[in-house]
Amino acid sequence: MSDILKCHAGIGGKVAGEALVANDNFSARYDLDRIKGIFSRPQHALAGQSYVDKILVLNTAKGGVATAWMLYEMVSRGMAPRALLLNSANTILAQGAALAEMPLCDRFDDGDITALIKTGDQLIVDPERGQVTVTRH
Amino acid sequence: MKLSSVTESMLAGEHGPARKWAVEHQIQIGRMFDAEDMVAVSQAHMMADPESIGLAGVELVEGFAALPEEQRRVAIPMITDPRGVDLNYYDPLGQTEEMANLERRFIFACRAMGIVMTNTCINYQTVMPPVRGDHVAYGDTGVVIYSNSFCGARSNFEGGPSALAAGLTGYTPRYGLHLDENRVATKRFVIERQPEELTEWGVLGAVIGRRSGSYWEVPVIEGIERVPSSDEAKHMGAAMASYGSTPLFHIVGVTPECNSLADVNGTDLPIEKITDQDVEELRGSFGAVGEKVDVVVFAAPQLSIVEMQSVAMLCRGRKLHKDTAMLVCTPPSVYVDAKNAGFIEDIENFGARVLQGTCFYQQYAREIGEANGWTRLLSNSTKIVNILGGYGYKPALASMADCVDAAVAGEIV
Repeated sequence: MSDILKCHAGIGGKVAGEALVANDNFSARYDLDRIKGIFSRPQHALAGQSYVDKILVLNTAKGGVATAWMLYEMVSRGMAPRALLLNSANTILAQGAALAEMPLCDRFDDGDITALIKTGDQLIVDPERGQVTVTRH
Repeated sequence: MKLSSVTESMLAGEHGPARKWAVEHQIQIGRMFDAEDMVAVSQAHMMADPESIGLAGVELVEGFAALPEEQRRVAIPMITDPRGVDLNYYDPLGQTEEMANLERRFIFACRAMGIVMTNTCINYQTVMPPVRGDHVAYGDTGVVIYSNSFCGARSNFEGGPSALAAGLTGYTPRYGLHLDENRVATKRFVIERQPEELTEWGVLGAVIGRRSGSYWEVPVIEGIERVPSSDEAKHMGAAMASYGSTPLFHIVGVTPECNSLADVNGTDLPIEKITDQDVEELRGSFGAVGEKVDVVVFAAPQLSIVEMQSVAMLCRGRKLHKDTAMLVCTPPSVYVDAKNAGFIEDIENFGARVLQGTCFYQQYAREIGEANGWTRLLSNSTKIVNILGGYGYKPALASMADCVDAAVAGEIV
């Protein structure tokens, strides 16, 4: 079955991939081992998991400004998530996604995105139209 | 987003590829946040340590720096956040020549663009504080929250690429904190315990940041009986921004946009109390009395001249424990003043090292921790202990005086 979730117009082009979901927040500096491509912060709900090529679905941004550069650097090495979906992005995540040309969407009409999407769901993210198609097996 | 004739011509490529890139970047951000137009900014401040920007980011900026003079120079005064490598002291920290070279290349490119390498995250104390109503494009969350809250300036968190774009165009999309309607309070806190020294102000900021929890919330705080010093305000803001991604807060009767609760539309907001227990809980999560300490760090934010004096006085006539390291991070301009005042001598005779223009967590903290075998880190910065958990450290928090005592004892006191 497929669901369509509407959201605010986002950043970047259309992309498809598999969801990695947690009701937790995101900072590339605070939470990731960017060389290994895993969540490294012990307290993070996704600690130890690889984010490479996943569509990350999280609550909001936290902390500093480093993510604005880091996403670009991660994409340049092919060790990046494929897209980011958040309940609420901050300016830094938007700026980082724009530089990295990484699709990013937030502000979903139907409520908490980390509850609406499950890890393993197949997603099609279309930032320009502001919609995400969810397919569950 | 509506463009002016100037930015329109930049978009058309008439001012070269760097300014075209900048406007294109700003259009994407403006659309995401529903900006109707752009606003002129008086200064830009760029966070760009080589650990974050990497080779890819350095090459991007080098591409701009190679353009003809009139195409590459920034349009407004533009300064930098801390560097990742102190080029006078990196090998002993376990930083590599590769890291230093990335830093050298980046500095060269920035200078070619007319960017002034102030390498400071306390520019509001050391370079040129913004004035009330001043629209600016600042990076570093600590800089933004201090400038918005205590100076009454107007800035969003502008990450490195966006600060660079603002520097190149002289404008930034008008959204978020550039607009009056986003500067009114959305959460109201009443404190029970008066913070005293720097770390207590930091912990209070952290508790409020964690409760606020989003870039779009604006806390207003009641019950603070004493006007904080600039350094206390700095620690409070930096911690709040770190724990909550918070870019602005008000303190009733203290910060310039909030003489009364009504000024920030706060009177009808429900009251949330910040209890003793809230403060103790946060602080307790960073307690480790009796444990061996590997490294004591004073940074995040960099130290002002007043903090340098305090550390120097605590160090005078004492000796660092042989199994413990201590690092102090300060901007290059403060370093010069501290040297003239004899503070550097006091700190280095103690056995600690003062780093110029870096900030510990922005300087390959994971790599230097591994190179030196540092795990247990002690600091008086509530911000840095929040960040470094993800970098493989076991961070602990104590007051400045207790940090120096621990550095002498080799264990947390």
